[in-house]
Amino acid sequence: MTGTEVKASVTPGVRLGPVSFVWRPWVVCVTLLLAAATFLVFCVSIGVGDFPIGLSRVIATVVGGGEQVDRFVIMDLRMPRALAGLVVGVALGVSGAITQSIARNPLASPDILGITGGAGAVAVFLVTVSGGTAAAVEGSVGLSGAALAGGLGTGLLVYFLAWRRGIDGFRLILIGISVSAVMEAITTWLLVTADIRDVARAQAWLVGSLDNRSWNDVGVALWCTAALMVVVTVVAFQFKPLHLGDDVAAGLGVRYTRVRAVLLLCAVLLAGVAVSAAGPVPFVALVAPQVAMRLAKCPTPPMAASGMVGALLLIGADLVARTALPITLPVGVVTAVIGGPFLIHLLVRANLR
Amino acid sequence: MGTIAVERPVPRGVSEARRRRVVGSVTLVLVLLVAMVVSLAVGARALTPAEVWRGLSAAPDPDQRLTEIRLIVRTVRVPRTVLALVAGVALGVGGALIQGYTRNPIADTGLLGVNSGASFAVVLVIALFGFADPFQYVWFAFLGAAVAGVVVFGLASIGRGAGNPLTLALAGQGVTVFLAAMTTAVALSDKASLNALRFWNAGSVAGVGFDVIRPVIAFIAVGLVLALITLPALNLLNLGDDVARGLGVNIVLSRTVGIAAITLLAGAATAACGPIAFLGLMVAHMARYLTGPDYRWLVPYAGLLGAIVLLVCDIVGRLLVRPGELDAGVVVALLGAPFFAALVWRGKFKSA
Repeated sequence: MTGTEVKASVTPGVRLGPVSFVWRPWVVCVTLLLAAATFLVFCVSIGVGDFPIGLSRVIATVVGGGEQVDRFVIMDLRMPRALAGLVVGVALGVSGAITQSIARNPLASPDILGITGGAGAVAVFLVTVSGGTAAAVEGSVGLSGAALAGGLGTGLLVYFLAWRRGIDGFRLILIGISVSAVMEAITTWLLVTADIRDVARAQAWLVGSLDNRSWNDVGVALWCTAALMVVVTVVAFQFKPLHLGDDVAAGLGVRYTRVRAVLLLCAVLLAGVAVSAAGPVPFVALVAPQVAMRLAKCPTPPMAASGMVGALLLIGADLVARTALPITLPVGVVTAVIGGPFLIHLLVRANLR
Repeated sequence: MGTIAVERPVPRGVSEARRRRVVGSVTLVLVLLVAMVVSLAVGARALTPAEVWRGLSAAPDPDQRLTEIRLIVRTVRVPRTVLALVAGVALGVGGALIQGYTRNPIADTGLLGVNSGASFAVVLVIALFGFADPFQYVWFAFLGAAVAGVVVFGLASIGRGAGNPLTLALAGQGVTVFLAAMTTAVALSDKASLNALRFWNAGSVAGVGFDVIRPVIAFIAVGLVLALITLPALNLLNLGDDVARGLGVNIVLSRTVGIAAITLLAGAATAACGPIAFLGLMVAHMARYLTGPDYRWLVPYAGLLGAIVLLVCDIVGRLLVRPGELDAGVVVALLGAPFFAALVWRGKFKSA
């Protein structure tokens, strides 16, 4: 432990005006490699379908060239889905990295903190109560927006309920679990009272899916995520010292309560955006930061790399869900099947250490 | 840990405490009886206590109105009340036991993955074999609940984290989400199981006949006997493993019996009612508040309280959204989750 600390203190720093950070070539390298891998899987995913398109043609089209037919199939039909996967994956990965860093617990993720549960309850309410199909015709922007508000509201509720002279990671997780339970109870009740056709639709949405995305859905999620990422990037420089403990961070001139509140708000919004675009896709926010942390050999989840792993995971899982299985399943089923055992693996390893 | 303190022997107050506990349990039994009568009387067709009594009694009466009352009381209200009573006792005792054995104040049978195991088993057998009758799939629900419970419990007790309250909650969460996704996958590909699932999933004591309740009662009776046998050892186990071993407790045997009891109780209750989370957790805390930490008192109290709370939640659910009904499981969750949050907020639990 002392060894790494000494080594860290002699790692060269970079200072650009008011911004300073530690130059870690390995982290940058891993992040770039992950970005390249994500782009590759993204293109493969676009190429696969009823009308298969070769990888080179996909890349040519994505970067702006390509033939007329390819352009139509790719840009109009397949791009929204793939892009939704990318955006949702990045949002979930970064959101998970933030919550895990703040709770100082590898197992804290938006799923467990009740955000996805709240968004789900609101969405199911819309699908089942306000005249089912009518709500669908209104366009999914309404549904997505409402789900986003539900996720945000629940996240804030959890935060305020867990607030007691500061935020304690343990209390945050437990309050999150209990608020999730309330949201699930409400969701269950709505499902019981609803019409069976609405139930199937709500159920498909509840498990997390990228089916039938339009440019409309993607546009909202894309711009929200991009805006939030800017905020996260700016605040993240203030965040690093928090890992040293509140007192040290305060000594280094960080207003830790404010930094933490802003970042947590960003995490909640990112998760909410993701849920509104794809439904509560489970476990990506939990798994991605942990994988990124191990790849980048960081003591805490690295934000950019977590986002990349999240995108890779989601697009990859969607690819598997569409092609490798006998029946077409929502992407959320695949991520849960990967993520559940991964959570247990983390737990068992943490306990055996 | 230290959250479940061990009561030190207080020579002078003992008889006083004992008297209080006896009076308390008699009071609870009376409250339970009242709740049962109310449960028989309240519903879409409200009955007076006299009508309930005549509905129950075997005296012959040619009156047409009495036949109707008899039908409501005997085929609808009585099974429902009996199931709420039995499942409430099972979940209460199960919750108190699980908190004792894990020395974990947030342990709850619902958080153990028991619910999701049962749900998964139910949709699986409906999709595979086309079962439609609860009597057919109650066995599989029980099996699924038992397997999931044992897996979660096993995972959470590996290594150092065994004493950490968070470990069990998270192991339960991991298994739950995994199984929930599998359940959804099955349910989405099979409409019959989707339809069965959404009703079963809410956690309800209504609509089940005695053909389902009878095997459930048998499982729960065995579970209760095992639970009672293990209570003195459980008290000693809470002094710490080393002390308990020194006092002659066979730790492995006692834990095994305890886990078997918990699985029987929670599995059978879940199989019959569907998932009811937070009930065990809630009443175990109430019982500890009322009796102190002696498990020989705490566990029976938790059983009584479990039955009372489940009955009351079922009655409230019947009254709240008339003419419809809110399932007891939903009412319990709406009541239990804030209770749990309040416990967390008051700093009752510390991370180990």
